[in-house]
Amino acid sequence: MAEKRTYELMFIVDPDAGDEDVLKLSESVQKIITGQGGSITKTEMMGKRQLAYEINHRRNGTYVLLEVEGSGAEIAEVERRMRVNDQILRYMTVRVDEMRRRADKLKDRRARKAAKKTGNGKSKAVAVGTDSDEDESAA
Amino acid sequence: MSSNYEDRDFGFEREYDRNMPRGPRRMQRRKICRFCIEKVDLIDWKDVKLLMSYVPERGKILPRRISGVCATHQRMLAEAIKRARNIALLPYAAD
Repeated sequence: MAEKRTYELMFIVDPDAGDEDVLKLSESVQKIITGQGGSITKTEMMGKRQLAYEINHRRNGTYVLLEVEGSGAEIAEVERRMRVNDQILRYMTVRVDEMRRRADKLKDRRARKAAKKTGNGKSKAVAVGTDSDEDESAA
Repeated sequence: MSSNYEDRDFGFEREYDRNMPRGPRRMQRRKICRFCIEKVDLIDWKDVKLLMSYVPERGKILPRRISGVCATHQRMLAEAIKRARNIALLPYAAD
């Protein structure tokens, strides 16, 4: 497990919980992660916002976003804790390092393509609006 | 048999203006992928404002034939929308 992975971890806290509770919760999550050997690269409190649909009869929720770097073991641990926590309405972890790598590859390909095009110096004319109807009157 | 064909009207000789649009699909302009123009490589599932423009009121994902998004970006978009739905940023269905 030498490989380092990056995850985005987002969770929704019960709107009835105060700001301090949210902060405490987020800190405890971070502690678990660092305790398991992971590291936090970004923390973002997205604040209270309306949910798109009801979760546990709640219409609002406080969103917290963390960016985590680690092996994946700490994610399992955090998710296990979150599952039993009643204050957390919903959580989601997305692995982003592979997504970003794919995006970089796309960018690379685009750059290569652009270089090729300028090297050619030829722009293709696009045929637009040609009427394909072949209706000769049979006289 | 052959004489029968000559009598029948197949509409070949009917006169019409060539430039007149026939049928509703004629005049539509070719749509282009917005993400390709902006050179987007990654569609963020947290970008609710952007995703909202591809989710009509009903909550469904806007089809490619309407929005004109290319296949690659439609795939990214769909994935992002589904993720956003999971975390209640976007609705699964709206009434």
